[in-house]
Amino acid sequence: MADTGQKAAVAPRQDERVRKAGLVTQLMRRPELGALAGLVLVATFFFITADRSMFSLAGAMTILEPAAQLGILAIAASLLMIGGEFDLSIGSMVAFSGLIFGVALVNLGLPLWGAIIVTLIGAGLIGAINGQIVIRTRLPSFIVTLAFLFILRGLTLVGLKWATGGSTQLRGIHDVVADSALAGMFSGDALGGLFTWLAEHDLIDKFDNGVPKVSGVPVSIIWFVIVALLATWVLLRTRIGNWIFAAGGDPNAARNSGVPVDRVKTGLFVLTACAAALIAIITVLDAGSTDARRGFQKEFEAIIASVIGGCLLTGGYGSAIGAFFGAIIFGFVSIGLTYTHFDSDWFQVFLGAMLLLAVLFNNFIRRKVTGER
Amino acid sequence: MADTKNHQAAPIIEVRDIVKHYGSVIALSGVSMHVSKGEVLCLLGDNGAGKSTLIKTLSGVVRPTSGDFRVDGEPVNFASPRDALDAGIATVYQDLAMIPLMSITRNFFMGREPVKGFPPFRHIDFEHCHEVTREEMHKIGIDIRDPHQAVGTLSGGERQCVAIARAVYFGAKVLILDEPTSALGVAQTSMVLKYIHQVQQKGLGVIFITHNVRHAYAVGDRFTILNRGKTLGTFAKSEIAMDELQNLMAGGKELEVLSHELGGTV
Ligand SMILES: Nc1ncnc2c1ncn2[C@@H]1O[C@H](COP(=O)(O)OP(=O)(O)O)[C@@H](O)[C@H]1O
Ligand SMILES: [Mg+2]
Repeated sequence: MADTGQKAAVAPRQDERVRKAGLVTQLMRRPELGALAGLVLVATFFFITADRSMFSLAGAMTILEPAAQLGILAIAASLLMIGGEFDLSIGSMVAFSGLIFGVALVNLGLPLWGAIIVTLIGAGLIGAINGQIVIRTRLPSFIVTLAFLFILRGLTLVGLKWATGGSTQLRGIHDVVADSALAGMFSGDALGGLFTWLAEHDLIDKFDNGVPKVSGVPVSIIWFVIVALLATWVLLRTRIGNWIFAAGGDPNAARNSGVPVDRVKTGLFVLTACAAALIAIITVLDAGSTDARRGFQKEFEAIIASVIGGCLLTGGYGSAIGAFFGAIIFGFVSIGLTYTHFDSDWFQVFLGAMLLLAVLFNNFIRRKVTGER
Repeated sequence: MADTKNHQAAPIIEVRDIVKHYGSVIALSGVSMHVSKGEVLCLLGDNGAGKSTLIKTLSGVVRPTSGDFRVDGEPVNFASPRDALDAGIATVYQDLAMIPLMSITRNFFMGREPVKGFPPFRHIDFEHCHEVTREEMHKIGIDIRDPHQAVGTLSGGERQCVAIARAVYFGAKVLILDEPTSALGVAQTSMVLKYIHQVQQKGLGVIFITHNVRHAYAVGDRFTILNRGKTLGTFAKSEIAMDELQNLMAGGKELEVLSHELGGTV
């Protein structure tokens, strides 16, 4: 009887008790509302206090590039958080993936595509191990991945020394990676042609010789936008998205309704690990070397961006596009202060305050949504 | 098939000597029962008798320690509730298995989302989902104001109705209801009982768990009584009167004594 033969005349009749869900209520239901409001607030603040150059195209790129690198991690972290788990090992995972990638390229002499595949598989496997330990032991993922935060960071140090014969930095990646279409997907700027065209038509700033001042969009920003759109679509429109909400909302209820909770959670751990690997690939190709401090404390920044983006720490609620805005706020504040006359060490104060505000706001919204008192 | 309602019809679900241990706790120590097409089997028993545990083994939530479990005569071994759902067994759990932060529609289709489009663009057909949710909730007597509304904002009774409507919609062969009327008012309860009757008419098997003997007697064809993890007996409606059922369910003698002491008011 799962098919609907009788699409009866059950037109959406109005119940007299309906307070027509107004625009405000509908907006309140969107988890990313807080992040969007925060972004407007922060942008206004800098618009008033910061140097004009911050709001130029070049300024936008300096803000968006670090935001993009954090944002890719934050979007993955927010999906995992909605699924009811944390991954504190993603920062260390960036370093460890950097090690795998560097060793694959320099020591093993693999071609770029081979090194990328090896790195993603290596990271994915560790993500799967994280997930399996959490699922089988039913320990909080907080503790399990905290252990991996140290294990992976330590392994990276040991591995780097072993691979380089004593150094904690592995160099020479630019020497072995030739320019290719594939390399262009993970490093340098994109849309160069468009920017040249824009400059030719005087739509953007250019130098006297006609070369645009901003030669293109850093590829990490393109990845950031693609990841955000894809994650949002998956979360809101697909089965897997519904399963992620369910697994985080109440794993037992989800399981009893036929949701493969363990598979969903394992998949999310693999996803965060692969997001870390992607950031490792992008930043290592950019720097031409990898070192043990890569990705340091990114796990906290990613979680903060997710929470600012509207994710509840208890799982089951949040959004990917919220994490997108959260990461941009992060970029705004961390870079923006250098454009003002404020001491840029205010950054951490600002960040902590944002986090606190976001948590309070999310809590309030959650009560609104669930009607709980 | 109205005349083959009872023992002759081949059972859809049949369990024999089901045993379930939780560590040292023995929740079920040899329970047998069966339910056939177009039949309502009531499962009665006191708190802690093992009713919920029994239906959890039927719906794939827990695996029995030992015992024989057949669906349509074939031995089955469900690894998860998904397997049971795929076999056409839908359950309304005592705790409802609803997620407060998710919308009514998302809850309704949780784990069974209809999709459209080709992979990798396959996505949930939300228009269809909203429509079905509205329609099914309307059938059970509730006009939902907004299918996007979070289940957490519904009243206990409304939530129970969502769970029931969902199980009825997805239950292809057997519908299991674990104390579905516990949070319902009078009108909604009779609606649910009417519903059980309708589902039975369609030829599904129904397993109805309740504390309330009157509710059981109103819709049940047969009554299986559980006591401390064992089957105390199974009776056809023609074999047992309501007050006998009441006595058996509460463990017999004590209640009779009590009822005497209270002057026959229990
Ligand atoms: N997960 C569990 N772990 C340990 N004991 C349990 C568990 N679930 C149920 N039990 C025990 O099994 C017995 C039967 O419980 P249950 O099936 O819920 O009873 P009923 O639904 O008939 O009230 C009870 O004594 C209960 O304490
Ligand atoms: Mg029970």
